[in-house]
Amino acid sequence: MKDSRLSLVGEGLACRRGGRTVFSDLGFAVGAGELMAVTGPNGAGKSTLLRLIAGLLAPIAGRLDYQGPAGGDDLAGALHYVGHQDAVKSGFSVRQDLAFWTGYWNGRGDIDAALDAVGLGGLGAIPTAALSAGQRRRLALARTIAVRRPVWLLDEPTAALDAAGEAMLGTLLDDHLERGGMAIAATHQTLPSKPAKTLALSVGAA
Amino acid sequence: MWKLANPTVFLGYTGRALPVLWASALVLLVLSAWMAFFVAPQDYQQGNTVRIMFIHVPAAWLAMGCYALMAVSALGTLVWRHPLADVSIKAAAPIGAVFTAVALMTGALWGKPMWGTWWVWDARLTSVLVLFLMYLGLIALQNAFEDPGRAARIVAVLVLVGFVNIPIIKFSVDWWNTLHQPASVVRFDGPTIHPTILWPLLTSAVAFTVLFICLHLTAMRAEILRRRIRTMTVLTAQRAESGASFRPEAAE
Amino acid sequence: MTPFFTLVRRDVALAFSAGSGALLGVMFFLIVIVALPLGIGPDLNLLARLGPAFLWIGVLLSTLLALDRLFQADHDDGALDLLTLSGLPLELLVLAKCLAHWLTAVVPLIVAAPLMGLFLNVSPTALGATILTVLVGSPALTMIGAIGAALTVTVRRGSLLLAILIVPLTLPVLIFGIGAVNGAVVDGLPFRTPLLLLLAASLASVAIAPFAAAAALRAARG
Repeated sequence: MKDSRLSLVGEGLACRRGGRTVFSDLGFAVGAGELMAVTGPNGAGKSTLLRLIAGLLAPIAGRLDYQGPAGGDDLAGALHYVGHQDAVKSGFSVRQDLAFWTGYWNGRGDIDAALDAVGLGGLGAIPTAALSAGQRRRLALARTIAVRRPVWLLDEPTAALDAAGEAMLGTLLDDHLERGGMAIAATHQTLPSKPAKTLALSVGAA
Repeated sequence: MWKLANPTVFLGYTGRALPVLWASALVLLVLSAWMAFFVAPQDYQQGNTVRIMFIHVPAAWLAMGCYALMAVSALGTLVWRHPLADVSIKAAAPIGAVFTAVALMTGALWGKPMWGTWWVWDARLTSVLVLFLMYLGLIALQNAFEDPGRAARIVAVLVLVGFVNIPIIKFSVDWWNTLHQPASVVRFDGPTIHPTILWPLLTSAVAFTVLFICLHLTAMRAEILRRRIRTMTVLTAQRAESGASFRPEAAE
Repeated sequence: MTPFFTLVRRDVALAFSAGSGALLGVMFFLIVIVALPLGIGPDLNLLARLGPAFLWIGVLLSTLLALDRLFQADHDDGALDLLTLSGLPLELLVLAKCLAHWLTAVVPLIVAAPLMGLFLNVSPTALGATILTVLVGSPALTMIGAIGAALTVTVRRGSLLLAILIVPLTLPVLIFGIGAVNGAVVDGLPFRTPLLLLLAASLASVAIAPFAAAAALRAARG
């Protein structure tokens, strides 16, 4: 994976929400096989930054440069965003939920393998309503395995996960980085995988 | 009653009784169909149409009887906390709704040649239609809860509220109807019912009642099993969570 | 399968999954239709004359009933963000969700309409015309409703607000729909003109509403 050209560089990014400048002149660079932790207190703009990279919010200044593993600059088609909400529908079984999102994002991954990888193997037929908060989180993370995209954006990925769940997340992240992917994770806690970089945000940073 | 409180005992008893009940329901239904077609005479005014009565009247009786059963079951849930009472309500509601619908539809089929229209806002028809709406509401409320245990007492309250309300609805609809004096309402009330009609009607009523009991017990069994599956599902998810040996290969 | 149809299929499946109350709209429709004669009286001739209008109003109200959750359910659990990240434009996402809503909430009303017609003693001609006009006009109800649903997506208890916003906007649909039914029943009144206007309203709303709703959803994203 040394020849991977995957990189994501942000320069001079600024974002306003609700009349308040959340951050400005923010820069970062992440490459293949790198995990960047985004840290900082509540309100520092961790989630905002992830949503901005995901294209859910528009910056008021600055630019994002993305280069895919084999060239190309389609960031939207290369990223996988795991928000702080799990978007797990009650009314579906675990398998139906994962199969929908995988199909919706044109994922090619194996559903059962993805469920096994997050420790939900054998629960495919269970209605999602029966899952605990930690299991719903695992199901949300299973989508990253089934869809397989090079850029992972994870918003508080360890929230609701127990120790075993964090270890599982660590394995997922290490495996993803090993394959030459990159990940940006906003977190309050220590990530189960060692970040190559840390972007520390503070409230009102200019 | 209390010996049957244990669902497993209930499943055992009904498992043995149901084949006999279903067989007798079948025999009685065939018998009542034969009586309806070959014993009961044609009506001098209504012709063969009158035979719809042998479905319509028992269905209407059972539509109301079913609600009474649900009201007793609701008391069983709220007062005596009988573990099967709630299962009984859950199982009875769709059956009651179907019998009510059958009563309404056969009424419409009967009414078409009599009144020249499928539906009139006759007091009795309107009351039965409101009963049907209440059944639908109960089913909708049951389905709105994911946990049947939580739904039980809430549904029981609605059943009892409905039970108190039904006479009031009936009274108000009667009052509404007399207020408006509809143009033509034909009622089936001859001076006395002739035995050649009465006996087929009673046979049919008994046949429908046995059929109802069969359907209700079968549906209760299905509901008990459905709840067991649900419990097992939740347990499976919990065991997977705690990491205990839920996977066969992990247990080895 | 394209994301568009995957989404339509998912919304249809969710609408009919256990506990979602897929047929509550039809039940509401039935209750409205039953309540009206109780207010007006059992005079079948009067009911027959008013029937098509009752059916139309019943469809309008029942359609609104399910609309408030059109985007809100997905907004509340974070699914809306994920849905927009597939490369499917937000406008098409709106259209897909509207199609699913129309299939699961409006088509059952149209299927139930003949039964409601029986209760109101509506003549076969008037009933046929009513069903045809509802079929032609209801896409406009769903699409205009979707704008309201998008506007109120972040509003708690938005359903009442939604109705207040949307009913005035759908009045032309109601007017053309009932106009066409009258044209079919009463000699000398036009049938084709209001029906074509109704069709135009539906087509225009299918073309325009996704952009309005998508703009509202973007604004709600903040």
